[in-house]
Amino acid sequence: MNKARLMQGNEACTEGALAAGVRFFAGYPITPSTELAELCAEKLPKMGGKFIQMEDEIASMGAVCGASLAGMKAMTATSGPGFSLKQELIGYAAIAELPVVIVNVQRSGPSTGLPTAPAQGDVMQARWGTHGDHGVIALSPGSVREAFDVGVHAVNFAERFRMPVIILLDEVIGHMREKVVLPEQKDIIIFDRKRTTLSPEEFEAYKPDADEVPPMMPFGEGYYHHVTGLMHNHKGQPALDGATTKEVLSRLHTKIERVQDEITLYTEHFLEDAEIVVITYGGSARAALPAVKQAREQGIKVGMLKLITIWPFPKELVQKVTAQAKKVIVPEMNYGQLVGEIERYVGLDKVIPVNRYDGHLFHPDDILVPIIEAAGGAK
Amino acid sequence: MADIEKYLRKSALPHIWCPGCGNGIVLAALLRAIDKLQLDQKKTVIVSGIGCSSRASGYMNFNTVHTAHGRALPFATGIKMANPELNVIVITGDGDSTAIGGNHFIHSARRNIDLTTIIFNNSVYGMTGGQYSPLSPVGSKATTAPYGISERPFDVGNLAIAAGATYVARGTAFHAVQLTDLIVNAIQNKGFSVVDAITQCPISYGRKNKMGSAANMMKWQRDHAVPVNAATKMTPEALKDKFIIGELYRGIAPEYAAEYDKLIERLRVQGGEA
Repeated sequence: MNKARLMQGNEACTEGALAAGVRFFAGYPITPSTELAELCAEKLPKMGGKFIQMEDEIASMGAVCGASLAGMKAMTATSGPGFSLKQELIGYAAIAELPVVIVNVQRSGPSTGLPTAPAQGDVMQARWGTHGDHGVIALSPGSVREAFDVGVHAVNFAERFRMPVIILLDEVIGHMREKVVLPEQKDIIIFDRKRTTLSPEEFEAYKPDADEVPPMMPFGEGYYHHVTGLMHNHKGQPALDGATTKEVLSRLHTKIERVQDEITLYTEHFLEDAEIVVITYGGSARAALPAVKQAREQGIKVGMLKLITIWPFPKELVQKVTAQAKKVIVPEMNYGQLVGEIERYVGLDKVIPVNRYDGHLFHPDDILVPIIEAAGGAK
Repeated sequence: MADIEKYLRKSALPHIWCPGCGNGIVLAALLRAIDKLQLDQKKTVIVSGIGCSSRASGYMNFNTVHTAHGRALPFATGIKMANPELNVIVITGDGDSTAIGGNHFIHSARRNIDLTTIIFNNSVYGMTGGQYSPLSPVGSKATTAPYGISERPFDVGNLAIAAGATYVARGTAFHAVQLTDLIVNAIQNKGFSVVDAITQCPISYGRKNKMGSAANMMKWQRDHAVPVNAATKMTPEALKDKFIIGELYRGIAPEYAAEYDKLIERLRVQGGEA
């Protein structure tokens, strides 16, 4: 068994991604994500992998797309302003179906904002940041150990579904140090992108299998094909007709919607008899759980759902755990983002947003007070 | 006559280029260069940006990537780093490489990463209907410069040399045989290579600037191109309004992908000793 280590969230996330097989990293310095680049610069060449510091955020995103095409598991890391800059090529990776992982260690914005302060302001940008429609997977860990696990899952999901996967860390989780025991390499399940069983002559690069995901052949093996950000047919060649467009756009959603349960990662706390349900994620969950426990000590029937998978939004899970709830409290370090989705599936009347957007993380009291109010006062 | 048809993806043809466009001539020069060098088709990757010329990748039967506007070089850098065995050739336009992709252009040159960049330089954004680019000559007209361009253009050859490219050449669609040879040299150079291929856009640039037919535009290329050797004997006054063709620069510098592989090897040996 591995020894316990004191580790930072950014470091754990990097370790998870490397354990899942990432061997290429391209990045550009930006606080509070830079540790991911620094660690990859040190570790990757020792593992036979490649690190490159590109000239800007856009170039970093382009380089990981290229490395992915050449057959490597590839990752980049950034924070708010860099995440904005990467959006066009995240869309490219979505339509060209390139397995890549983008880590966004969220900080307070908009623009340069508060570069070293935590926030969860990029939740909707992760979903809708690039132009056009496509499915998104975004994972948000709530502890250092979860940052490792999410690193593994993100790479696996990217490879399995041939798509960009976003890790939404926040400055709290990214820079926090906790004692963790990481799993041994042999116990980590790793998913590699599917290869084709067809000959180069028969191979069509964008013809999906029954799971709606096309196999992917790396460049350099004689499986000639075209990759483009234009709408394209099964050969990958530009095809701008309505039927092709509808087929491609539908599949960019349904290839993950069909397995939503397998993508949905979460933890449950005291939900069995909960009349008040707190739904939260990431750094906010750190303060929410002690608040829930304190309220329980006061006799309030409150529970908590901590989402790790933010997108695709786990609507059925949220509906299930809130079915008996009288009130649903949604703490977020933003002006109110994921709460919109929760209102959509739970109903406006039940949902109480709790927002902190002053660059500070929640204090448990920030969440305890609304829990007590929702319960009709102190018991 | 080289058999270049085997390098074309016939299912993707006909091409989208206008009658008289010079892009096909530059593409053919590239394919002849690939054939002359007998590059392993399996190990050759074509990466392009966005614009008329960048559509060429789709017509070529290799592993091909039509990336986003200006971003061919970052994609190519990722491909080359991930698999340095691959011959990576970048097709780009004048706007794609020197405006929106300008930062990537100078930094790829600075790294001297082994990529061959062919700039299909027609002085104009053709796909969007004829706007001026950073390589459009002063005084020429474009839809976004109806009174003539007052911005100075880059000399893209000097830009590449100053930024660190180790092979820089200029050719034209008119001098197609020479262009093939320049591309051959560019591919052979182990480092960042640039071939500025001057070509004609009779529809979006030629008409606006009253340059006549495609054939007349090619005659213009013939009459304004000065070979490198001849240029050394000419006065700046005589070279005004002319451009120099041929090999502009050859240098020697460490190549980035190979240097990184040396680092991996060094760490492996050190790890073994520890």
